Amino acid sequence: MKSFSRFTYPYILWMIIMICLPMLMIVFYAFTTQGNEVLTLQFTLDNFMRFFEDSIFPSVLWRSLKIAFITTLICIMIGYPCAYVISKLPGNKQSLMVLLITLPMWINMLVRTYAWRGMLNDSGLSNEMKVYIGMVYNFLPFMILQIHTSLSKMDQSLIAAAEDLGASKWQAFLKVTLPLSLPGVISGITLVFLPAVSSFFIPKLLGGGDFVLIGNLIESYFISTGDWNFGSAISLIMAVIILISMYITKKLDRQSKEVR
Amino acid sequence: MKKNWLSKIYLILVLLFFYAPIAYVCIFSFNDSKSLSHFTGFSLEWYEKMFSNRTIMESIYYTVIIAIIATIVSTIVGTITAIGMSKSKRIIKESIEQVNNLPMLNPEIVTAIGFMLFFTSLNIELGFMTLLLAHIAFCIPYVILSVMPKLRQLDNNLAEAALDLGCTPLQALVKVIIPQIKPGIVAGALVAFTMSFDDFVISLFTTGPGINNISIYVYSNVKRINPTINALSTIIVLVITIVLVLVNVIPIIKERRGKKKNEKIMESNLI
Repeated sequence: MKSFSRFTYPYILWMIIMICLPMLMIVFYAFTTQGNEVLTLQFTLDNFMRFFEDSIFPSVLWRSLKIAFITTLICIMIGYPCAYVISKLPGNKQSLMVLLITLPMWINMLVRTYAWRGMLNDSGLSNEMKVYIGMVYNFLPFMILQIHTSLSKMDQSLIAAAEDLGASKWQAFLKVTLPLSLPGVISGITLVFLPAVSSFFIPKLLGGGDFVLIGNLIESYFISTGDWNFGSAISLIMAVIILISMYITKKLDRQSKEVR
Repeated sequence: MKKNWLSKIYLILVLLFFYAPIAYVCIFSFNDSKSLSHFTGFSLEWYEKMFSNRTIMESIYYTVIIAIIATIVSTIVGTITAIGMSKSKRIIKESIEQVNNLPMLNPEIVTAIGFMLFFTSLNIELGFMTLLLAHIAFCIPYVILSVMPKLRQLDNNLAEAALDLGCTPLQALVKVIIPQIKPGIVAGALVAFTMSFDDFVISLFTTGPGINNISIYVYSNVKRINPTINALSTIIVLVITIVLVLVNVIPIIKERRGKKKNEKIMESNLI
Protein backbone atom coordinates (compact mmCIF):
# COMPACT_ATOMS: atom_id res chain seq x y z
CA MET A 1 0.00 0.00 0.00
CA LYS A 2 2.92 2.36 0.65
CA SER A 3 3.66 2.28 -3.07
CA PHE A 4 0.42 4.20 -3.63
CA SER A 5 2.23 7.30 -2.44
CA ARG A 6 3.70 7.39 -5.95
CA PHE A 7 0.21 8.30 -7.17
CA THR A 8 0.88 11.85 -6.04
CA TYR A 9 3.89 12.39 -8.34
CA PRO A 10 1.96 13.40 -11.48
CA TYR A 11 -0.10 15.91 -9.55
CA ILE A 12 2.95 17.34 -7.79
CA LEU A 13 4.43 18.01 -11.21
CA TRP A 14 1.09 19.47 -12.40
CA MET A 15 0.90 21.72 -9.32
CA ILE A 16 4.38 23.08 -9.96
CA ILE A 17 3.48 23.87 -13.57
CA MET A 18 -0.15 24.96 -13.24
CA ILE A 19 -0.26 26.52 -9.75
CA CYS A 20 3.22 27.64 -8.71
CA LEU A 21 4.54 28.86 -12.06
CA PRO A 22 1.52 31.09 -12.85
CA MET A 23 1.81 32.69 -9.39
CA LEU A 24 5.53 33.30 -9.94
CA MET A 25 4.72 34.79 -13.33
CA ILE A 26 2.56 37.46 -11.66
CA VAL A 27 5.36 38.34 -9.24
CA PHE A 28 7.84 38.36 -12.10
CA TYR A 29 5.71 40.66 -14.24
CA ALA A 30 5.00 42.97 -11.31
CA PHE A 31 8.71 43.59 -10.75
CA THR A 32 9.83 44.03 -14.35
CA THR A 33 9.45 46.69 -17.00
CA GLN A 34 7.35 46.39 -20.09
CA GLY A 35 8.70 44.60 -23.17
CA ASN A 36 9.76 41.31 -21.70
CA GLU A 37 12.73 40.22 -23.75
CA VAL A 38 15.27 38.10 -21.91
CA LEU A 39 18.12 40.41 -22.91
CA THR A 40 16.49 43.73 -22.04
CA LEU A 41 14.91 42.48 -18.86
CA GLN A 42 14.94 45.08 -16.10
CA PHE A 43 13.82 44.71 -12.57
CA THR A 44 11.99 47.68 -11.16
CA LEU A 45 9.72 48.90 -8.41
CA ASP A 46 8.13 51.49 -10.70
CA ASN A 47 4.86 49.59 -11.01
CA PHE A 48 4.32 49.75 -7.27
CA MET A 49 5.47 53.38 -7.03
CA ARG A 50 3.01 54.29 -9.75
CA PHE A 51 0.19 52.66 -7.81
CA PHE A 52 0.79 54.60 -4.62
CA GLU A 53 1.89 57.92 -6.15
CA ASP A 54 -1.24 58.34 -8.23
CA SER A 55 -4.18 59.45 -6.15
CA ILE A 56 -6.71 57.41 -8.14
CA PHE A 57 -5.44 53.89 -7.47
CA PRO A 58 -5.31 53.94 -3.66
CA SER A 59 -8.78 55.49 -3.61
CA VAL A 60 -10.11 52.68 -5.83
CA LEU A 61 -8.50 50.15 -3.50
CA TRP A 62 -10.03 51.92 -0.50
CA ARG A 63 -13.46 51.96 -2.16
CA SER A 64 -13.25 48.21 -2.93
CA LEU A 65 -12.34 47.41 0.66
CA LYS A 66 -15.12 49.66 1.97
CA ILE A 67 -17.74 48.10 -0.29
CA ALA A 68 -16.62 44.56 0.57
CA PHE A 69 -16.69 45.44 4.28
CA ILE A 70 -20.18 46.95 4.18
CA THR A 71 -21.45 44.06 2.02
CA THR A 72 -20.14 41.63 4.63
CA LEU A 73 -21.84 43.58 7.43
CA ILE A 74 -25.18 43.63 5.60
CA CYS A 75 -24.87 39.91 4.90
CA ILE A 76 -24.34 39.21 8.61
CA MET A 77 -27.26 41.44 9.61
CA ILE A 78 -29.68 39.86 7.15
CA GLY A 79 -28.16 36.37 7.20
CA TYR A 80 -27.85 35.75 10.92
CA PRO A 81 -31.55 36.17 11.82
CA CYS A 82 -32.46 34.20 8.71
CA ALA A 83 -30.17 31.29 9.61
CA TYR A 84 -31.40 31.45 13.19
CA VAL A 85 -35.06 31.24 12.18
CA ILE A 86 -34.31 28.37 9.78
CA SER A 87 -32.44 26.43 12.47
CA LYS A 88 -35.55 26.61 14.68
CA LEU A 89 -37.80 25.04 12.02
CA PRO A 90 -38.78 21.35 12.14
CA GLY A 91 -36.44 18.99 10.24
CA ASN A 92 -38.12 18.59 6.87
CA LYS A 93 -39.00 22.30 6.58
CA GLN A 94 -35.44 23.10 7.49
CA SER A 95 -33.98 21.07 4.64
CA LEU A 96 -36.54 22.55 2.25
CA MET A 97 -35.45 26.07 3.23
CA VAL A 98 -31.78 25.15 2.85
CA LEU A 99 -32.57 23.79 -0.62
CA LEU A 100 -34.49 26.95 -1.54
CA ILE A 101 -31.54 29.09 -0.49
CA THR A 102 -29.00 26.90 -2.30
CA LEU A 103 -31.00 26.73 -5.52
CA PRO A 104 -30.26 30.26 -6.80
CA MET A 105 -26.55 29.63 -6.15
CA TRP A 106 -26.57 26.97 -8.84
CA ILE A 107 -27.64 29.47 -11.43
CA ASN A 108 -24.79 31.23 -13.14
CA MET A 109 -23.67 34.33 -11.17
CA LEU A 110 -23.64 36.47 -14.28
CA VAL A 111 -27.15 35.48 -15.22
CA ARG A 112 -28.36 36.33 -11.70
CA THR A 113 -26.59 39.68 -11.68
CA TYR A 114 -27.96 40.40 -15.12
CA ALA A 115 -31.43 39.67 -13.74
CA TRP A 116 -31.11 42.60 -11.34
CA ARG A 117 -30.22 44.93 -14.18
CA GLY A 118 -33.67 44.77 -15.66
CA MET A 119 -35.33 45.23 -12.28
CA LEU A 120 -33.16 48.14 -11.17
CA ASN A 121 -33.07 49.85 -14.54
CA ASP A 122 -35.77 52.42 -13.84
CA SER A 123 -35.56 52.34 -10.07
CA GLY A 124 -33.70 55.61 -9.73
CA LEU A 125 -31.28 54.15 -7.19
CA SER A 126 -27.69 55.41 -7.21
CA ASN A 127 -25.10 53.21 -8.90
CA GLU A 128 -23.48 52.50 -5.55
CA MET A 129 -26.77 51.22 -4.13
CA LYS A 130 -27.23 48.95 -7.14
CA VAL A 131 -23.75 47.50 -6.64
CA TYR A 132 -24.54 46.85 -2.97
CA ILE A 133 -27.75 45.05 -3.93
CA GLY A 134 -25.90 42.92 -6.49
CA MET A 135 -23.13 42.04 -4.03
CA VAL A 136 -25.47 41.14 -1.17
CA TYR A 137 -27.64 39.13 -3.55
CA ASN A 138 -24.68 37.09 -4.81
CA PHE A 139 -22.96 36.47 -1.49
CA LEU A 140 -25.76 36.32 1.10
CA PRO A 141 -26.48 32.56 0.55
CA PHE A 142 -22.90 31.70 1.58
CA MET A 143 -23.34 33.60 4.84
CA ILE A 144 -26.76 32.05 5.63
CA LEU A 145 -25.56 28.51 4.90
CA GLN A 146 -22.37 28.86 6.97
CA ILE A 147 -24.19 30.29 9.99
CA HIS A 148 -26.98 27.74 9.63
CA THR A 149 -24.50 24.84 9.65
CA SER A 150 -22.90 25.99 12.89
CA LEU A 151 -26.30 26.74 14.50
CA SER A 152 -27.79 23.38 13.56
CA LYS A 153 -24.77 21.52 14.92
CA MET A 154 -25.31 23.17 18.28
CA ASP A 155 -26.52 21.10 21.21
CA GLN A 156 -30.03 22.49 21.95
CA SER A 157 -29.93 21.24 25.52
CA LEU A 158 -27.30 23.89 26.27
CA ILE A 159 -29.92 26.62 25.85
CA ALA A 160 -32.37 24.71 28.00
CA ALA A 161 -29.64 24.38 30.62
CA ALA A 162 -28.93 28.12 30.50
CA GLU A 163 -32.63 28.88 30.90
CA ASP A 164 -32.93 26.42 33.77
CA LEU A 165 -30.08 28.21 35.46
CA GLY A 166 -32.05 31.45 35.33
CA ALA A 167 -30.92 33.09 32.11
CA SER A 168 -33.54 35.02 30.17
CA LYS A 169 -34.08 34.08 26.50
CA TRP A 170 -32.00 37.04 25.45
CA GLN A 171 -29.20 36.22 27.90
CA ALA A 172 -29.15 32.60 26.75
CA PHE A 173 -28.79 33.80 23.19
CA LEU A 174 -25.99 36.24 23.99
CA LYS A 175 -24.03 33.90 26.25
CA VAL A 176 -24.62 30.51 24.61
CA THR A 177 -25.96 30.62 21.06
CA LEU A 178 -23.99 33.57 19.76
CA PRO A 179 -20.51 32.46 20.89
CA LEU A 180 -21.15 28.92 19.63
CA SER A 181 -22.17 30.19 16.20
CA LEU A 182 -19.17 32.53 15.81
CA PRO A 183 -17.07 30.02 13.79
CA GLY A 184 -19.90 29.92 11.24
CA VAL A 185 -20.02 33.70 11.10
CA ILE A 186 -16.25 33.85 10.61
CA SER A 187 -16.19 31.33 7.76
CA GLY A 188 -19.14 33.23 6.31
CA ILE A 189 -17.09 36.42 6.46
CA THR A 190 -14.23 34.86 4.49
CA LEU A 191 -16.67 33.52 1.89
CA VAL A 192 -18.29 36.95 1.45
CA PHE A 193 -15.48 39.45 1.97
CA LEU A 194 -12.86 37.83 -0.28
CA PRO A 195 -14.91 37.47 -3.46
CA ALA A 196 -16.52 40.87 -2.81
CA VAL A 197 -13.15 42.69 -2.76
CA SER A 198 -12.07 41.29 -6.10
CA SER A 199 -15.45 41.17 -7.85
CA PHE A 200 -15.48 43.02 -11.12
CA PHE A 201 -18.56 41.98 -13.05
CA ILE A 202 -21.04 43.11 -10.40
CA PRO A 203 -19.85 46.75 -10.52
CA LYS A 204 -19.56 46.52 -14.29
CA LEU A 205 -23.07 45.13 -14.80
CA LEU A 206 -24.86 47.18 -12.16
CA GLY A 207 -22.64 50.19 -11.50
CA GLY A 208 -23.07 51.74 -14.90
CA GLY A 209 -19.63 52.06 -16.53
CA ASP A 210 -18.02 54.64 -14.27
CA PHE A 211 -18.11 52.66 -11.03
CA VAL A 212 -14.61 51.21 -10.80
CA LEU A 213 -13.37 48.73 -8.21
CA ILE A 214 -9.93 47.13 -7.94
CA GLY A 215 -11.06 44.09 -9.96
CA ASN A 216 -12.18 46.34 -12.82
CA LEU A 217 -8.78 48.06 -12.75
CA ILE A 218 -6.98 44.74 -13.08
CA GLU A 219 -9.31 43.61 -15.86
CA SER A 220 -8.84 46.82 -17.84
CA TYR A 221 -5.04 46.70 -17.56
CA PHE A 222 -4.99 43.14 -18.87
CA ILE A 223 -7.74 43.17 -21.43
CA SER A 224 -8.00 46.68 -22.83
CA THR A 225 -4.76 48.55 -22.02
CA GLY A 226 -2.41 45.61 -22.28
CA ASP A 227 -0.09 46.91 -19.55
CA TRP A 228 0.43 43.52 -17.94
CA ASN A 229 3.25 44.63 -15.67
CA PHE A 230 1.20 47.28 -13.94
CA GLY A 231 -1.82 44.96 -13.89
CA SER A 232 0.29 42.30 -12.17
CA ALA A 233 1.49 44.81 -9.59
CA ILE A 234 -2.12 45.77 -8.76
CA SER A 235 -3.12 42.11 -8.41
CA LEU A 236 -0.13 41.44 -6.20
CA ILE A 237 -1.08 44.34 -3.90
CA MET A 238 -4.64 43.04 -3.73
CA ALA A 239 -3.53 39.45 -3.07
CA VAL A 240 -1.27 40.60 -0.21
CA ILE A 241 -4.06 42.63 1.40
CA ILE A 242 -6.42 39.67 1.14
CA LEU A 243 -3.85 37.28 2.62
CA ILE A 244 -3.33 39.65 5.56
CA SER A 245 -7.07 39.93 6.20
CA MET A 246 -7.41 36.12 5.99
CA TYR A 247 -4.64 35.81 8.54
CA ILE A 248 -6.40 38.22 10.89
CA THR A 249 -9.76 36.42 10.58
CA LYS A 250 -8.07 33.08 11.22
CA LYS A 251 -6.50 34.52 14.35
CA LEU A 252 -9.85 35.86 15.51
CA ASP A 253 -11.35 32.45 14.87
CA ARG A 254 -8.72 30.79 17.01
CA GLN A 255 -9.27 33.35 19.76
CA SER A 256 -13.02 32.82 19.73
CA LYS A 257 -12.41 29.10 20.09
CA GLU A 258 -9.96 29.59 22.95
CA VAL A 259 -12.40 31.78 24.87
CA ARG A 260 -14.74 28.88 24.91
CA MET B 1 -47.16 33.21 18.73
CA LYS B 2 -46.62 36.71 17.44
CA LYS B 3 -42.89 36.07 17.17
CA ASN B 4 -43.44 32.97 15.07
CA TRP B 5 -45.52 35.01 12.68
CA LEU B 6 -42.83 37.67 12.35
CA SER B 7 -40.11 35.15 11.61
CA LYS B 8 -42.22 33.58 8.87
CA ILE B 9 -42.67 36.94 7.19
CA TYR B 10 -38.93 37.52 7.48
CA LEU B 11 -38.14 34.21 5.75
CA ILE B 12 -40.62 34.96 3.00
CA LEU B 13 -39.02 38.37 2.44
CA VAL B 14 -35.55 36.82 2.15
CA LEU B 15 -36.86 34.23 -0.32
CA LEU B 16 -38.58 37.00 -2.29
CA PHE B 17 -35.26 38.82 -2.48
CA PHE B 18 -33.64 35.66 -3.86
CA TYR B 19 -36.33 34.73 -6.35
CA ALA B 20 -37.78 38.05 -7.51
CA PRO B 21 -35.04 38.84 -10.06
CA ILE B 22 -35.12 35.28 -11.39
CA ALA B 23 -38.89 35.44 -11.84
CA TYR B 24 -38.54 38.88 -13.41
CA VAL B 25 -36.13 37.60 -16.05
CA CYS B 26 -38.34 34.60 -16.80
CA ILE B 27 -41.44 36.77 -17.24
CA PHE B 28 -39.74 39.32 -19.47
CA SER B 29 -38.30 36.59 -21.67
CA PHE B 30 -41.88 36.27 -23.01
CA ASN B 31 -42.30 39.98 -23.61
CA ASP B 32 -43.03 40.91 -27.21
CA SER B 33 -41.12 44.20 -27.10
CA LYS B 34 -37.54 45.01 -26.25
CA SER B 35 -38.51 46.80 -23.06
CA LEU B 36 -37.30 45.45 -19.72
CA SER B 37 -39.79 47.45 -17.69
CA HIS B 38 -43.11 47.27 -19.56
CA PHE B 39 -44.73 43.99 -20.39
CA THR B 40 -46.53 44.65 -23.66
CA GLY B 41 -47.66 41.19 -24.69
CA PHE B 42 -46.80 37.52 -24.85
CA SER B 43 -44.48 36.20 -27.54
CA LEU B 44 -41.83 33.58 -28.10
CA GLU B 45 -39.81 35.90 -30.31
CA TRP B 46 -36.72 35.93 -28.07
CA TYR B 47 -36.63 32.15 -27.85
CA GLU B 48 -36.71 31.91 -31.64
CA LYS B 49 -33.93 34.50 -31.85
CA MET B 50 -31.92 32.61 -29.25
CA PHE B 51 -32.13 29.25 -30.97
CA SER B 52 -31.21 30.77 -34.33
CA ASN B 53 -28.26 32.69 -32.83
CA ARG B 54 -25.11 30.74 -33.62
CA THR B 55 -22.92 32.47 -31.03
CA ILE B 56 -25.32 31.55 -28.22
CA MET B 57 -25.63 27.95 -29.38
CA GLU B 58 -21.85 27.67 -29.64
CA SER B 59 -21.36 29.16 -26.18
CA ILE B 60 -23.77 26.60 -24.72
CA TYR B 61 -21.90 23.83 -26.53
CA TYR B 62 -18.50 25.00 -25.24
CA THR B 63 -19.79 25.43 -21.69
CA VAL B 64 -21.19 21.90 -21.59
CA ILE B 65 -18.33 20.13 -23.37
CA ILE B 66 -15.67 21.84 -21.23
CA ALA B 67 -17.60 21.12 -18.03
CA ILE B 68 -17.88 17.43 -18.98
CA ILE B 69 -14.23 16.94 -19.94
CA ALA B 70 -12.94 18.99 -17.00
CA THR B 71 -15.14 17.01 -14.60
CA ILE B 72 -13.99 13.62 -15.89
CA VAL B 73 -10.28 14.51 -15.91
CA SER B 74 -10.28 16.36 -12.60
CA THR B 75 -12.27 13.64 -10.84
CA ILE B 76 -9.85 10.92 -11.97
CA VAL B 77 -6.70 12.92 -11.24
CA GLY B 78 -8.07 14.27 -7.96
CA THR B 79 -9.14 10.86 -6.69
CA ILE B 80 -5.85 9.18 -7.59
CA THR B 81 -3.88 12.02 -5.99
CA ALA B 82 -6.00 11.95 -2.83
CA ILE B 83 -5.44 8.19 -2.50
CA GLY B 84 -1.73 8.71 -2.99
CA MET B 85 -1.73 11.51 -0.41
CA SER B 86 -3.41 9.30 2.19
CA LYS B 87 -0.52 6.86 1.89
CA SER B 88 2.23 9.49 1.77
CA LYS B 89 4.46 10.83 4.51
CA ARG B 90 2.96 13.62 6.56
CA ILE B 91 5.29 16.31 5.23
CA ILE B 92 4.50 15.49 1.61
CA LYS B 93 0.79 15.28 2.31
CA GLU B 94 0.69 18.59 4.11
CA SER B 95 2.73 20.45 1.54
CA ILE B 96 0.50 19.16 -1.25
CA GLU B 97 -2.51 20.32 0.76
CA GLN B 98 -0.99 23.79 1.21
CA VAL B 99 -0.23 24.31 -2.48
CA ASN B 100 -3.55 22.73 -3.44
CA ASN B 101 -5.38 25.30 -1.31
CA LEU B 102 -3.74 28.23 -3.09
CA PRO B 103 -6.18 28.48 -6.03
CA MET B 104 -9.11 28.35 -3.61
CA LEU B 105 -7.72 31.02 -1.26
CA ASN B 106 -6.55 33.33 -4.01
CA PRO B 107 -9.05 35.73 -5.53
CA GLU B 108 -10.26 34.20 -8.79
CA ILE B 109 -8.98 37.10 -10.83
CA VAL B 110 -5.43 36.54 -9.54
CA THR B 111 -5.55 32.84 -10.48
CA ALA B 112 -6.96 33.86 -13.85
CA ILE B 113 -4.25 36.35 -14.78
CA GLY B 114 -1.65 33.86 -13.55
CA PHE B 115 -2.91 31.36 -16.12
CA MET B 116 -3.05 34.03 -18.81
CA LEU B 117 0.54 35.20 -18.22
CA PHE B 118 1.71 31.59 -18.03
CA PHE B 119 0.08 30.49 -21.29
CA THR B 120 1.09 33.55 -23.28
CA SER B 121 4.69 33.49 -22.10
CA LEU B 122 4.94 29.88 -23.26
CA ASN B 123 3.57 31.09 -26.59
CA ILE B 124 0.51 28.88 -26.28
CA GLU B 125 -2.29 30.51 -28.22
CA LEU B 126 -5.30 31.23 -26.01
CA GLY B 127 -8.32 29.20 -27.07
CA PHE B 128 -10.14 25.96 -26.40
CA MET B 129 -7.11 24.06 -25.04
CA THR B 130 -6.02 26.78 -22.60
CA LEU B 131 -9.62 27.19 -21.42
CA LEU B 132 -9.89 23.46 -20.82
CA LEU B 133 -6.50 23.24 -19.05
CA ALA B 134 -7.42 26.13 -16.78
CA HIS B 135 -10.77 24.54 -15.92
CA ILE B 136 -9.13 21.21 -15.11
CA ALA B 137 -6.57 23.05 -12.98
CA PHE B 138 -9.12 24.84 -10.81
CA CYS B 139 -11.42 21.81 -10.50
CA ILE B 140 -8.84 19.31 -9.19
CA PRO B 141 -8.37 21.05 -5.80
CA TYR B 142 -12.12 20.80 -5.11
CA VAL B 143 -12.15 17.07 -5.95
CA ILE B 144 -9.20 16.43 -3.64
CA LEU B 145 -10.89 18.48 -0.93
CA SER B 146 -14.05 16.37 -1.05
CA VAL B 147 -12.33 12.96 -1.39
CA MET B 148 -9.80 13.48 1.42
CA PRO B 149 -12.28 13.37 4.36
CA LYS B 150 -13.69 10.04 3.10
CA LEU B 151 -10.17 8.61 2.95
CA ARG B 152 -9.53 9.81 6.48
CA GLN B 153 -12.60 7.91 7.70
CA LEU B 154 -11.52 4.79 5.81
CA ASP B 155 -10.46 1.87 7.97
CA ASN B 156 -6.89 1.01 6.96
CA ASN B 157 -7.37 -2.58 8.09
CA LEU B 158 -9.86 -3.20 5.28
CA ALA B 159 -7.24 -2.78 2.57
CA GLU B 160 -4.73 -4.77 4.63
CA ALA B 161 -7.27 -7.57 4.98
CA ALA B 162 -7.83 -7.62 1.22
CA LEU B 163 -4.08 -7.90 0.71
CA ASP B 164 -3.84 -10.70 3.24
CA LEU B 165 -6.61 -12.54 1.45
CA GLY B 166 -4.58 -12.51 -1.74
CA CYS B 167 -5.60 -9.30 -3.51
CA THR B 168 -2.95 -7.43 -5.45
CA PRO B 169 -2.64 -3.78 -4.33
CA LEU B 170 -4.48 -2.73 -7.50
CA GLN B 171 -7.36 -5.12 -6.76
CA ALA B 172 -7.51 -3.83 -3.19
CA LEU B 173 -7.71 -0.32 -4.57
CA VAL B 174 -10.51 -1.04 -7.05
CA LYS B 175 -12.53 -3.46 -4.92
CA VAL B 176 -12.08 -2.05 -1.44
CA ILE B 177 -10.85 1.54 -1.32
CA ILE B 178 -12.74 3.09 -4.24
CA PRO B 179 -16.20 1.71 -3.34
CA GLN B 180 -15.68 3.01 0.20
CA ILE B 181 -14.86 6.56 -0.88
CA LYS B 182 -17.43 6.70 -3.69
CA PRO B 183 -19.69 9.31 -2.02
CA GLY B 184 -16.71 11.66 -1.78
CA ILE B 185 -15.81 11.07 -5.43
CA VAL B 186 -19.39 11.75 -6.56
CA ALA B 187 -19.59 14.92 -4.46
CA GLY B 188 -16.24 16.06 -5.87
CA ALA B 189 -17.38 15.45 -9.44
CA LEU B 190 -20.58 17.43 -8.81
CA VAL B 191 -18.67 20.37 -7.37
CA ALA B 192 -16.20 20.24 -10.26
CA PHE B 193 -19.01 20.24 -12.82
CA THR B 194 -20.83 23.20 -11.31
CA MET B 195 -17.59 25.16 -10.79
CA SER B 196 -16.69 24.67 -14.42
CA PHE B 197 -20.22 25.26 -15.72
CA ASP B 198 -20.59 28.54 -13.81
CA ASP B 199 -17.09 29.86 -14.21
CA PHE B 200 -16.67 33.30 -15.59
CA VAL B 201 -13.53 35.05 -14.33
CA ILE B 202 -10.97 32.37 -15.16
CA SER B 203 -12.65 31.64 -18.50
CA LEU B 204 -12.59 35.30 -19.51
CA PHE B 205 -8.82 35.50 -19.13
CA THR B 206 -7.87 32.11 -20.57
CA THR B 207 -10.07 31.93 -23.65
CA GLY B 208 -9.23 33.12 -27.13
CA PRO B 209 -11.19 34.71 -29.95
CA GLY B 210 -14.30 32.81 -31.01
CA ILE B 211 -14.41 30.52 -27.98
CA ASN B 212 -17.04 31.74 -25.54
CA ASN B 213 -18.92 30.12 -22.71
CA ILE B 214 -22.34 31.22 -21.48
CA SER B 215 -20.92 33.59 -18.85
CA ILE B 216 -18.63 35.32 -21.31
CA TYR B 217 -21.49 35.66 -23.79
CA VAL B 218 -23.70 37.29 -21.18
CA TYR B 219 -20.87 39.56 -20.05
CA SER B 220 -20.04 40.81 -23.52
CA ASN B 221 -23.67 41.34 -24.54
CA VAL B 222 -25.23 43.18 -21.61
CA LYS B 223 -24.15 46.63 -22.75
CA ARG B 224 -27.14 46.82 -25.09
CA ILE B 225 -30.64 45.75 -24.08
CA ASN B 226 -30.81 42.21 -25.33
CA PRO B 227 -33.85 40.14 -24.35
CA THR B 228 -32.40 36.99 -25.91
CA ILE B 229 -30.32 36.81 -22.71
CA ASN B 230 -33.61 36.66 -20.78
CA ALA B 231 -34.62 33.63 -22.86
CA LEU B 232 -31.21 32.02 -22.33
CA SER B 233 -31.40 32.70 -18.57
CA THR B 234 -34.90 31.22 -18.37
CA ILE B 235 -33.73 28.01 -20.01
CA ILE B 236 -30.73 27.77 -17.67
CA VAL B 237 -32.99 28.33 -14.65
CA LEU B 238 -35.41 25.68 -15.92
CA VAL B 239 -32.73 23.05 -16.58
CA ILE B 240 -31.03 23.61 -13.21
CA THR B 241 -34.32 23.50 -11.30
CA ILE B 242 -35.28 20.22 -12.99
CA VAL B 243 -31.87 18.67 -12.31
CA LEU B 244 -31.87 19.80 -8.67
CA VAL B 245 -35.39 18.54 -8.06
CA LEU B 246 -34.49 15.19 -9.62
CA VAL B 247 -31.29 14.94 -7.59
CA ASN B 248 -33.25 15.64 -4.41
CA VAL B 249 -36.30 13.54 -5.21
CA ILE B 250 -34.72 10.40 -6.72
CA PRO B 251 -32.98 9.28 -3.51
CA ILE B 252 -36.31 9.62 -1.64
CA ILE B 253 -38.16 7.52 -4.24
CA LYS B 254 -35.35 4.97 -4.28
CA GLU B 255 -35.44 4.74 -0.52
CA ARG B 256 -39.21 4.15 -0.57
CA ARG B 257 -38.90 1.52 -3.27
CA GLY B 258 -36.09 -0.13 -1.34
CA LYS B 259 -38.32 -0.21 1.72
CA LYS B 260 -41.18 -1.77 -0.28
CA LYS B 261 -38.82 -4.36 -1.73
CA ASN B 262 -37.57 -5.22 1.71
CA GLU B 263 -41.12 -5.51 2.96
CA LYS B 264 -41.99 -7.83 0.10
CA ILE B 265 -38.96 -9.99 0.77
CA MET B 266 -39.89 -10.07 4.43
CA GLU B 267 -43.45 -11.06 3.54
CA SER B 268 -42.36 -13.84 1.19
CA ASN B 269 -40.00 -15.09 3.86
CA LEU B 270 -42.83 -15.17 6.34
CA ILE B 271 -44.99 -17.16 3.97
